[in-house]
Amino acid sequence: MNGIPFDLQILNVLAALFLLLSFSMLAQRRIVTLVNLLAIQGLILFIATVLLAWRTGETHLYLSAALTLGLKVIGLPWLLHQLIRKLDVYWDTEPLINPSATMLIGLLIVIFAFGLAQPISALASTATRNTLGIAIAVILLAFLTMITRRKAMSQVVGFLSMENGLFFGAMSATYGMPMVVELGVALDVLVAMLVLGVFFFQIREQFDSLDLRHFETLKEDE
Amino acid sequence: MPYATLNLCLVLLAAWVVIGFTGLLRPASVGFAGRALFPLGALCGAALAIVAVLGLPIPPERVILPFGLPDLPFHLRRDALSSVFLALLGGASAGISVFSAGYFRQGAGTLPGLLCFQYHVFLASMGVVLLADDAYAFMVAWETMALSSYFLVTTQHRIPDIRRAGFIYLLMAHLGAVAILLSFGVMQGTSWQFTFDAMRATVLDPTWASIAFLLAFFGFGAKAGIVPLHVWLPEAHPAAPSPVSALMSGVMLKTAIYGVLRVTFDLLGEPLWWWGLVALAFGLFTAFYGVIFAAVQTDMKRLLAWSSIENIGLIFTGIGLTIIFHGLSMKSLAALALLATLYHSVNHAFIKSLLFLGTGAVLHATGERNLGRLGGLIRRMPWVAWLTLIGALAIAGLPPLNGFVSEWLLLQAFLFANAVPRPFISMLLPLGAAIVAFCAALSGYVMVKFFGVIFLGQPRESKLAEAHDAGFLERIGLVWLALGCFALGLLPVQVISRLEFVSRYLIGADFGARRTEWWLLAPSVARQASYSPLVFFGVGTAVVMLTVWLVRAFYHRGVRRSAVWDCGFVRLNARMQDTAEGFGQPIRHVFQQFFLMERKLPTPFDKAPQYHLVLADRIWRGCYVPIGKLVRKIADVAALLQQGRISTYLTYSFITLIALLMVVL
Amino acid sequence: MTLSAFAYQLLEIILGVITAPVLLGWVNQCRAWLQNRSAPSLWQPYRSLHKLFYKQAVLAENASPLFRVAPYVVFGTMVLVVAIVPSLETRLPFTVAADAIALVGLLATARVFLSLAAMDIGAAFGTLGARREMMIGFLAEPALLMVLFVAAMISQTTSLPLIAERLSSESLALYPSLAFTAVAFAMVLLAENARIPIDNPATHLELTMIHEATLLEYSARHLALMEWAASLKLYNYVCIGITLFLPFGVATQSQGTTGLALAIVALALKLLVAGSSLALFETVSAKLRIFRAPEFLATAFLLAVLGMLVHLLLGA
Repeated sequence: MNGIPFDLQILNVLAALFLLLSFSMLAQRRIVTLVNLLAIQGLILFIATVLLAWRTGETHLYLSAALTLGLKVIGLPWLLHQLIRKLDVYWDTEPLINPSATMLIGLLIVIFAFGLAQPISALASTATRNTLGIAIAVILLAFLTMITRRKAMSQVVGFLSMENGLFFGAMSATYGMPMVVELGVALDVLVAMLVLGVFFFQIREQFDSLDLRHFETLKEDE
Repeated sequence: MPYATLNLCLVLLAAWVVIGFTGLLRPASVGFAGRALFPLGALCGAALAIVAVLGLPIPPERVILPFGLPDLPFHLRRDALSSVFLALLGGASAGISVFSAGYFRQGAGTLPGLLCFQYHVFLASMGVVLLADDAYAFMVAWETMALSSYFLVTTQHRIPDIRRAGFIYLLMAHLGAVAILLSFGVMQGTSWQFTFDAMRATVLDPTWASIAFLLAFFGFGAKAGIVPLHVWLPEAHPAAPSPVSALMSGVMLKTAIYGVLRVTFDLLGEPLWWWGLVALAFGLFTAFYGVIFAAVQTDMKRLLAWSSIENIGLIFTGIGLTIIFHGLSMKSLAALALLATLYHSVNHAFIKSLLFLGTGAVLHATGERNLGRLGGLIRRMPWVAWLTLIGALAIAGLPPLNGFVSEWLLLQAFLFANAVPRPFISMLLPLGAAIVAFCAALSGYVMVKFFGVIFLGQPRESKLAEAHDAGFLERIGLVWLALGCFALGLLPVQVISRLEFVSRYLIGADFGARRTEWWLLAPSVARQASYSPLVFFGVGTAVVMLTVWLVRAFYHRGVRRSAVWDCGFVRLNARMQDTAEGFGQPIRHVFQQFFLMERKLPTPFDKAPQYHLVLADRIWRGCYVPIGKLVRKIADVAALLQQGRISTYLTYSFITLIALLMVVL
Repeated sequence: MTLSAFAYQLLEIILGVITAPVLLGWVNQCRAWLQNRSAPSLWQPYRSLHKLFYKQAVLAENASPLFRVAPYVVFGTMVLVVAIVPSLETRLPFTVAADAIALVGLLATARVFLSLAAMDIGAAFGTLGARREMMIGFLAEPALLMVLFVAAMISQTTSLPLIAERLSSESLALYPSLAFTAVAFAMVLLAENARIPIDNPATHLELTMIHEATLLEYSARHLALMEWAASLKLYNYVCIGITLFLPFGVATQSQGTTGLALAIVALALKLLVAGSSLALFETVSAKLRIFRAPEFLATAFLLAVLGMLVHLLLGA
């Protein structure tokens, strides 16, 4: 650790926590906890962005941090909690298929992501380039979360976590995306969230549950 | 005197052959073979070990024997590498031979004199394998070894299962031999000289060198029991008499390790680093696969056979690391990994022989191999029990015994694996340490099961009450091996200073220990890591003694014996103890994907409830059965050619003749 | 090695052996407070030990010598672990003889002897306990080894005092990899010491027991040694945790007696905090089904491995 400035050390720790949260989401059974974990992940993203903004003096990062705070730490989790209450899925749990195997696959994904990031981060010039591997890992792990889940709610959480990873990746590689893109993505996520919220109600009305397995019956039988 | 060591070794090997032939003089006499010949063989073994250890620092010696093929007489050569394995052969076989002297009795199987012949030819052939310096001598000895051990495995040849086990063993041995032969063929390059010297001189291009390595890896791997070529081990070991299992598992498997080392580091010269990845991957998987299967076995010898597979996996892991480090010119790390490999080979020879002989004594006393019918033997056979406990603790990798030392070395080597200058690999390698740690921990589980079910608890069958302890000669054999385990565990610096001759010879680097302290194991690569079993053991013993003394001095209120507490359930009996199946249950549960399980559970309404559980190896069903079917299908097609009429066969010959003429002209 | 080093070593051992039951008492006290019970005295473990030592030992009729040897071996092993872990001091002569890997080996030795002794009598619950103990062990041991491995990779040595020195000497260094391993270590600590999500130390129901089931047949001085060894094990684990994750305040070469006094105070504070957080965690969480235990420990193992990967990626 010699020679690395202290704020970067904190950034590294935040990155590690970011990854840790991704793993706990992978292993988490309860949906409410899943949403809370997402909020914490957002919070870490927010802190990391502020820290980076302070370090680099890039003002647009402050804006991005505010966006993260408003949208990912407060807005969306609140929205999801509302949904959970309205849909009455507070005690819903997800039957996980062999969590140990899932974790093992997650581990392999992390190795893959880290290996992938090594040449890229060698090219990048940012101080945070080392964390790029973590960002890629988080994106892939969120993907894995979505694959292994059956409930619509956790799929959405996985999707949002993936979005978090994307932001983190952009931040570590190039100190954030251009502001336009960032705003666009944020808006997209918000809209997607609203649309999905409407969908949830529709799905439940149709099937009396949010279990996505019911979709399998939708195909035309020959 | 030049070539003294090599000649002495040869004399001792010849003595083994002579002892074997002498056995044939009075084939039916147990007393002659047992009381006279086997102890003599043991003496030869001990002498061989001493000669080999003393010969370690002496530079390579060679000799050409005046027989063999016309152009290719037997070339023999002794260097540091063969010396280590000769010492292993001599040391382990000394204990096994003494044990055998008391073990073999008149039975339904092979006559004792014949057995003595096969046994000593087996020993001598292993010695020649280690000394051979041309492909011809090597293959002759290798085949003699395979054949003599085949006959030893099928000692009880009247039992069909044993004949089947022997057949599988012979089949795998020959598959391996073919691959080794091909590998030699590749390695001689274009010189058409089959001496090892010619092979050393030949420089192969990387492709051909890789092919030669992979062939040798396959061939020796089949002998060593690398997954998926391991299938013969769990069959052959339970079938063979215990001393033979001990010899095969403890020593013969190591000749395959010797072969891999010889080919990779000596004959091929400069190994490519990615070969190490192959060895490492197979090694780790073998270790993992072996240990989880060992945990669910219910036959004690089969359990040990699977445990051998695990240990072979660990040894191959060490070989893999050595090749990787060596190929990337990280010499001192390569030396560390090589020393771990060699140390573990020697350790395993002693430990596994001890354990197999322990099961042999149990088998003799009770006639049972099934763990479900044993139990409580520590009270009937204290000698065997306590000596086996040493072996069990050693193989579980517990300090201060020898299994721990090699594990320690291997983990130290892994600790620096992230320095490998290759992306991905530098991240994947440390994961190997995780698997090694896992296997070591699980082997502790296996050994608690093994020892606990056989020797502890209450006897599960009434006949066990008549079990008798091992005889005098058997005890000597066991004590010899147990002492070996202790010595290898407590004096690692001395052992390593001997093994270093090999690493200097093969790799050109050594352990680089701090020479000042003879009791402290401290590799130079792993700065500031050290282990000193002597101090460790001394302080540990002192602490335990002090505790005993303090407790006795201040609080001694005597002991009262009473009935076992039955938790309020009055009719407690021996059948209510945990069974071997039960002990394997957590492993079955955690790793269920690896097993093919067939289970019949009784319902509460059964009048005569039966529990039936069969665990099969997926690799056997998934790999060998299809191959067998394919071969049968091809044979069926080929059988169409066989019409049984002379004129048809003549037509074949005629067509062949015409075809050949057309090609030639 | 000077004489003073041996004196420090001895002091450390004696302090550890004496403090261990108090730590257990403190955890029990905190638990009782948190659960709105009136707490037993801090010295209760001593009283129980004293009582047990003074009783006449009752052995089952078929107990073998192994059964009688095991408590001494288990206790002795735990004392050796106290000697290895630099809880107060880094000038420990004995740590040259045994490093982090040997530490794991020692803990495994204790476990193996405990399980063998439990199987010796041949009562159903003893063997059940032995099997479960080993099941926890085979998953927890590699996890612990990986945790130590990460620390060893960071400090380039497997010698525990050097690890402690290097981790504490950096004025304020943050190791993200240690965040992962700390979680993993906490999980291993809970499992290995028969604490709540895996086992309940206060249980009286044989079917759910793990650690207690292995001790069912023991009585009097043998039981006392086993209980003491269990409290030493908890103490050791907490000290290992302190060494790896909170090494600040450990007395090193450069400091004299004042350093030692400070180290004792720091250790006491850290033990108090660790004990109460253990009690807190135990109070707020529920026991897992035994079949979920492998999952729990596999998670710990994977987290430790993940910590190693993070170390390799971030170089920290």
